[in-house]
Amino acid sequence: MTLSPPVEIDSKTPFWKTLLEKLRQIPWTWRITLVYLTVMLFVPIAAMFLKASTEPPARFWEIATSPLALATYNVTFVTSLAAALLNGVFGTLIAWVLVRYDFPLKRIIDATVDLPFALPTSVAGLTLATVYSDNGWIGSLLAPLGIKVSFTRLGVWVAMIFISLPFVVRTVQPVLQEMEHEIEEAAWSLGASQWQTFWKVILPPLFPTILTGIALGFSRAVGEYGSTVIISSNTPFQDLIAPVLIFQRLEQYDYSGATVIGVVLLAISLVLLLAINFLQAWSRRYDSK
Amino acid sequence: MTVNEPKFHSSTAEKDIVKPKKPKSWVPTLLIVIAIAYLALVQYIPALNVFIQAFSKGVGPFFANLSKPAFLHAAWLTLLLALIAVPINAVFGLCAAWAIARHNFPGKAVVLSIIDLPFSISPVVAGLMIVLLYGRNGWFGPWLQAHDIQIIFAFPGMVLATAFVSMPFVAREVIPVLEEFGKDQEEAARTLGANDWQTFWRVTLPSIRWGLLYGLILTNARAMGEFGAVSVVSGNIADKTQSLPLFVEDAYKQYETEAAFSAAVLLALLAVVTLVLKEILERKTRIKDVE
Repeated sequence: MTLSPPVEIDSKTPFWKTLLEKLRQIPWTWRITLVYLTVMLFVPIAAMFLKASTEPPARFWEIATSPLALATYNVTFVTSLAAALLNGVFGTLIAWVLVRYDFPLKRIIDATVDLPFALPTSVAGLTLATVYSDNGWIGSLLAPLGIKVSFTRLGVWVAMIFISLPFVVRTVQPVLQEMEHEIEEAAWSLGASQWQTFWKVILPPLFPTILTGIALGFSRAVGEYGSTVIISSNTPFQDLIAPVLIFQRLEQYDYSGATVIGVVLLAISLVLLLAINFLQAWSRRYDSK
Repeated sequence: MTVNEPKFHSSTAEKDIVKPKKPKSWVPTLLIVIAIAYLALVQYIPALNVFIQAFSKGVGPFFANLSKPAFLHAAWLTLLLALIAVPINAVFGLCAAWAIARHNFPGKAVVLSIIDLPFSISPVVAGLMIVLLYGRNGWFGPWLQAHDIQIIFAFPGMVLATAFVSMPFVAREVIPVLEEFGKDQEEAARTLGANDWQTFWRVTLPSIRWGLLYGLILTNARAMGEFGAVSVVSGNIADKTQSLPLFVEDAYKQYETEAAFSAAVLLALLAVVTLVLKEILERKTRIKDVE
């Protein structure tokens, strides 16, 4: 009872004082983390949003939805999605092969899946542009068919496929690894064909995980700059991607133009981050069932 | 079979029984072939191409390209960027990992997402944010100009961009290890009279060393390989603010394809070393897990 008066006083002290008191009790690891995050992440993000907010909303909308900007969104998002979806299919297949089958050089192949994470993007762009150019190793095979890859939208697609592939494989692989073999065997013993087993037993619980991988790959492909800028001809309305547009605006000292497109991209990556978190929670819920 | 089951404890014995049930088919072979063909088209052929193009005219021209001043300067700058950004991010990553793994608080998932944010922000947007802060018309622009400090189109800006994009790796790799390791041993060390620093140095660090090393390798790879963010803030001036990835692009654009590929080989070797070390470390942690 004698202790109650100080508590009452404490509740009357202004909010900022208790906040300061709490801040003083924070361990120094937290302080370093918070200061670094503030300097490196929060302040820059705030600077960008504030800069964008100095534009009147109508002007903001006008820049954000100018025909050129819309065309770059189209190239960026549609191409990223196409790349991520293709990797959804082939990435799952690669993960499946790596988990379920044994074959020579499997360990090396498993390790090299991460190559796009480790290879600098400008090197990736350089070599993809060469390999898929009209006289490159693969491009020369496609050229007679009338298919041009390097310096077209197809090239941008190839670069996005390259950088987003490991996301799908590495997301699906551990989940496949932990899946119990018995359920499949039960399906077989009940007379299901391999195809039916895959379609009705394996795929449904794996689906949220595959979607997560696709979303991660998509999110990376949308922001990708290095490899795509080199393999693309950066022609407006054809293969110009949104990050390159930002870069071009900056080169012309058009800061507000760059900022508006930047805010659009940032907002979309934040939405994607939320979606990925949601998808991961969903696949975990599936797991616990 | 159910009676005998305990005897078939080894996995090979189990396989012997199960296998005959499965219809032998061509499906696995087909799937393996498709998987490898896809990887070859997307990854292996392009990777091989880097090396073949670089040495297409022999070893002599390759080394001639590598001894040009512009290249040497770019390589030196890349090394310097990594030397500054990696330690800074290691300290931050360790602090963040400790703060997050050792405390339970509401909104932990949100904090983890915030740490991951630099991965989902486009490198160009990251560079743009740095320009908006430190550029001529940026928040700190007037102050910096008054004090004659140049950040954008100069080395400090490149450091900031590099540190930004490689920020989360250490924290990300160390958090799960710290969580798994638990704090029993740390508490034991404390009750035996060790101070914070001793506990960290003698108890925590040895147990997280592989995870930390893994994070450092990834940080280094990203720091040395970053292109987008660095190219926005650096202005890409040859011999001044050109890192190796920028050199590759610049040489390619100027139709000096061989010089571009010579530099690209070095960066590709960096990637190979990264992958090999990654594999070794993963195996080490896996073996520890089994133990």
